[in-house]
Amino acid sequence: MLHGGEAEGELLVLEAPLSFWGGLDPATGLVIDRRHPQCGESVAGRILALPGGRGSSSSSTVLAEAIRSGTSPAAILLRDVDGIIVLGALVAAVLYDRVVPVLCVEAGAFDALRTGARVRVRADGSLHHVNGVEP
Amino acid sequence: MQILVRMAEVAGAERFIDITCAHIDSCLFHGQAGLDFAERLAGAGGRVAVPATLNVSSLDLLHPDLYRGDAHTARLARRQMDAYVAMGCTPTWTCAPYQLVERPGFGEHIAWAESNAIVFANSVLGARTDRYGDFIDICAALTGRVPDAGLHRDANRRGEIVFALHALPRRWFTSDAFFPILGHLIGGRAGRAIPVLDGLPAPVGEDALKAVGAAAASSGAVAMFHAVGSTPEAPTLEAALQHEPPAAHVDVTGAMIRAARADLSTRHEGPLVAVSLGTPHFSIDEFATLLPLLDGTVFATGVDVYVSTGRDTWEQVERRGWGQTLRTAGITVVVDTCTYITPILRHDRGTVMTNSAKWAYYAPGNLGVDVAFGSLAECIASAQVGRVVRDERFWDDA
Repeated sequence: MLHGGEAEGELLVLEAPLSFWGGLDPATGLVIDRRHPQCGESVAGRILALPGGRGSSSSSTVLAEAIRSGTSPAAILLRDVDGIIVLGALVAAVLYDRVVPVLCVEAGAFDALRTGARVRVRADGSLHHVNGVEP
Repeated sequence: MQILVRMAEVAGAERFIDITCAHIDSCLFHGQAGLDFAERLAGAGGRVAVPATLNVSSLDLLHPDLYRGDAHTARLARRQMDAYVAMGCTPTWTCAPYQLVERPGFGEHIAWAESNAIVFANSVLGARTDRYGDFIDICAALTGRVPDAGLHRDANRRGEIVFALHALPRRWFTSDAFFPILGHLIGGRAGRAIPVLDGLPAPVGEDALKAVGAAAASSGAVAMFHAVGSTPEAPTLEAALQHEPPAAHVDVTGAMIRAARADLSTRHEGPLVAVSLGTPHFSIDEFATLLPLLDGTVFATGVDVYVSTGRDTWEQVERRGWGQTLRTAGITVVVDTCTYITPILRHDRGTVMTNSAKWAYYAPGNLGVDVAFGSLAECIASAQVGRVVRDERFWDDA
């Protein structure tokens, strides 16, 4: 667990790493990186699973701004730890008391995640399928 | 300090170490959250404990008329800039702090944010910074300390993926366009790993290494690379690998380079509305290369040509009397910011040509324009005729 908290929502599994700056519009929650395979998808309110971060140092500010604006994912699941993403969630919690948990998910479990499945993140950092099937 | 301690836990660090300087990316306005954070720190009387330079912002303070955004956003952006200056940061407003006269030396521990500056500091200067993002940069500057983790530690600076370039035509190494293409290729393949470039004729110049790093830190999460014979921790391939076998070895082919080059453009031909140079900020040597290309040049009607640079470099340009040549040629010089992070371009659609892989990567998403990538000379030649002109045959294998 990188940043603790509870969340529930529908999974969006990204096929490639994303730079939140230049890749996510914090005003809308849409993926705007035209080279990303899931450009145009909305992350708002979903449980965003991504292999890792990429690119800009400003990604932490863009995530914090998305959390402030209510366009952010409900939680973030990372295969590879990315300090820049953790920072955005951490600072938004300090400034606005809004918690978006960030978890590191081991590679095998990450590969089993499927877009559309409904999952819950518990405060202890565990991840559960809402309909009973463990992810 | 609360943020630093938590990030130290995330990184698995056992202690903190002292830094000699910081470069702050958090000064660039992306919305209320960044401003709230800055004003909370400044309002509490925060003062930096070490010299701290500032990255680009949203505004060109020397040429304020270039800004085409709304006045409210500009006021908020200016407040955020002022908060960092109030904390004692130096208003350098550049994404290329390594072009400043005072820059960190080999082995110094520093806290730099801004992805291209991070990779340059580690790779070219041999200074040591982890891949810091916004917020932790100023926390490190205020305390003068960072977690002892990541690229601050010897073992984590070991080259991991060898990119062997021996099979490529030697003439490619003479083109400035080759280096951003190479960076784009290795960033996409290396992800977070440390690439080792083997087979470049040494020494490779700083502007070419800047282009490799900026591109690799955009297409990937590269925070350091080695170029054998050119970067200080890679006198030999074995030294770059710290005498261990690499995790992977890639024999780079001409086809890979051509694919990476093609991937940098969303339009490969047709009319242009603008040319944008200087991402990362144009160096004094790059201005020296540009000037002779402008001799007798007239840009096509309707094509705007921009060069982004740091205010310190711009002062040098003016001192050498080059500013008038640029103005006569019709070039718009942008300082303190960059054309892809704030509304400066006159056109918000159409094709813009650039010699920067980083600009090519981000501008279509940020601005909505199409992009054509080319060498510096191709950019200037294209601006003269008003459409994309590129030498495709140069990239043949033979």
